[in-house]
Amino acid sequence: MQTTTKTHVHKYSGRRNRLSKPELLAPAGNLEKLKFAIHYGADAVYIGGQKYGLRSNADNFSFEEMREGVEFAKQYGAKVFVATNIYAHNEDLEGIEEYLRNLYNAGISAIIVADPIIVETAQKAVPGLEVHLSTQQSTVNWQAVQFWKEEGLPRVVLGRETSMEEIEEIKRHVDVEIEAFIHGAMCSSYSGRCVLSNHFTDRDSNRGGCCQSCRWKYDLFEDARPEAETWISEEEALSDPVLQKFQLGVNQLPQFTEDDNAFTMGSKDLCMIEHVPDLIDVGVDSFKIEGRMKSIHYVATVVNVYRQAIDSYMADPDNYVLKPEWIEEINKAANRPLNTGFFYDTPDHEDHIYEPEEKAAPYDFAGLVMEYDSKTGMATVQQRNHFKPGQEVEFFGPGGTFFKQTVETIWDEEGNELDAARHPLQRVKFKVNQPVAYFDMMRKKK
Amino acid sequence: MCKKPELLVPAGSLEEISAYLEAGANAVLIGNVEYAMRLPGDFSIEDIREAVAYGRQHNAKIYVSISKLFHNEQLEELKTYILHLADAGVDGIQFGDPAVLRLVKEIAPQLPLHWNAEMTSTNYSTANYWGDRGASRVVLARELNMDEITEMKPSLRIESEVQVHGMTNIYHSKRRLVKSYMTHQGRPVSGSDLSSKRGLFLIEAERPNEKYPIYEDENGTHIMSSDDLCILEDLHVLLAAGLDSFKIETLMKPMSYNKTVIQAYRQAIDTYIENPEDYEFNEAWMDEIRRVQDPERELSFGFFYKEQVY
Repeated sequence: MQTTTKTHVHKYSGRRNRLSKPELLAPAGNLEKLKFAIHYGADAVYIGGQKYGLRSNADNFSFEEMREGVEFAKQYGAKVFVATNIYAHNEDLEGIEEYLRNLYNAGISAIIVADPIIVETAQKAVPGLEVHLSTQQSTVNWQAVQFWKEEGLPRVVLGRETSMEEIEEIKRHVDVEIEAFIHGAMCSSYSGRCVLSNHFTDRDSNRGGCCQSCRWKYDLFEDARPEAETWISEEEALSDPVLQKFQLGVNQLPQFTEDDNAFTMGSKDLCMIEHVPDLIDVGVDSFKIEGRMKSIHYVATVVNVYRQAIDSYMADPDNYVLKPEWIEEINKAANRPLNTGFFYDTPDHEDHIYEPEEKAAPYDFAGLVMEYDSKTGMATVQQRNHFKPGQEVEFFGPGGTFFKQTVETIWDEEGNELDAARHPLQRVKFKVNQPVAYFDMMRKKK
Repeated sequence: MCKKPELLVPAGSLEEISAYLEAGANAVLIGNVEYAMRLPGDFSIEDIREAVAYGRQHNAKIYVSISKLFHNEQLEELKTYILHLADAGVDGIQFGDPAVLRLVKEIAPQLPLHWNAEMTSTNYSTANYWGDRGASRVVLARELNMDEITEMKPSLRIESEVQVHGMTNIYHSKRRLVKSYMTHQGRPVSGSDLSSKRGLFLIEAERPNEKYPIYEDENGTHIMSSDDLCILEDLHVLLAAGLDSFKIETLMKPMSYNKTVIQAYRQAIDTYIENPEDYEFNEAWMDEIRRVQDPERELSFGFFYKEQVY
């Protein structure tokens, strides 16, 4: 896994809009992920409900689960948002009002909306529910941001095509909260302006059916047929000595050779950990992490790192130092090579994934700490992936606690010695080298 | 007698405007590459003035596309451009970015606004939302089916435009994806043509017969459909539903092809309007189009009869 940015180091050198602490907003694909995201430092999480969201394959929340999530979040002073970010068709319109009321009654703080009719419906029917404009609207200039502010929206999630300087200008022109994606996978198109899935698989990308066709492999050709006013038949062409060479097989010129990688639109993933001060200085109000489909390990690791970076910068901006271990941590969870998106320049050939896709993240979530006995140094760990004595593992927890150790003897709860922790969710005990706490995580190399 | 719908075509030059109006179009969409995307040609403000004058003489509407997603740096010049268009007396502006709507309302409120958010104008209620904010027309997404379109019409408080023929855009990125790919291969493209004239296309491994045109311009990378929409055989369904404007996409087609297509649709519309009850589709109209159709591009009903899932 490579380092997070291109070799040249950028630094936003413009004015500092103001220094106020941004919100760290994390994805939560299900109730368990919500708890981890919040425990590891998210100020708010966004989730999907059963309808109107763009992740129809995700393990979406019922209203009951939302209530439980909101209750959990409250203990931390955190908020829960719901993505209702489809572009609705006629058939989707009925029922929106009732759905939004249910969200509000479940304690949801805000909805993230792309379709203006859902904006308006929410404002009329559920005035207590905040409405944030989704990145699916591809809002990339201050006049458009001003439009949405005048429509009564307190927050706009910018299109991922907006640069650091442009965000600074937008903040200067419009007094509205700005949310920006700072980490995770990216549409390579303008969000919402892609119907590849619709064409290839009859799945509607703007209603949650995206099958990620941009990450498929394509061959690029140039049409080499002569310009034709009227197309002629194959027989006609074959009988014409000049046109013969344009027959099948030679009428298209490959723009690649045998050894070349295929064409793709697939983008590297966004990672702004090295540029947290810039984001705060230009006035980004909410730092958004992508990934409602990502694992617990991913969400906890990424949130944990950004939490530390934000807190560290806010505590003492002038003496802030980027810690190398933050980058190491990010890379342990990364699924793809990383870059800085459009923040400093338009992505180029270094920012797309032409090589065969790398394997998933190099680490697995091996166990969750349930209890710790400070007298004996014994931890009770819930198994999340196979591990056994002799293996090297890492423990980490909120705030950056971290240590490595080798697993020694493992016992089950009845005190029987085990050759390995084999069973999912099985509670096992073993000695840990440093104190741990409930909700700390244990990972191992794959 | 039912209302005669508009037959709208994008044109790339004054010559094309004249040819397409002669072939039977009565509205034309033009634009400047600095402010619009995926148009068959570039019009300076002087050209636009000339086009408007020509349109007046020939009783045709001249609409201007300002379909870009704008960044801050262009907002000032955009303002000037809108003032020029208002002064030129254009019949309407197509927009997708709310910045355009905001500026037009501020400095040239007399200009009719057509809301065209490409693949995201998908329901009547959102169209009416933009209507309430000043739009007089919605350009429907190409991914809607026939039922959705015809059901929508009675609930729309503004005019509706629907594409009936030609290719559609299926992907738009600000990234230069062809240039990036070629640079990655060690074949930098400085100076070489990556525009729509080059004839580049993509083929996906499992779909060897579908050629998806791809090109780059100031607005990034555009990928187009592998088939050409052609609703001619069922145009009467849309006519009966009372849609206000039918658009024939002329992008990446020779002028002669576009003229043939316009003529075919013109005949179908006129025949229907004359006597809707006794209307019969004439296969000869389709044959004319088939004769000039690129054999490697299928004529299809697009999404008109497809069920999409999600």
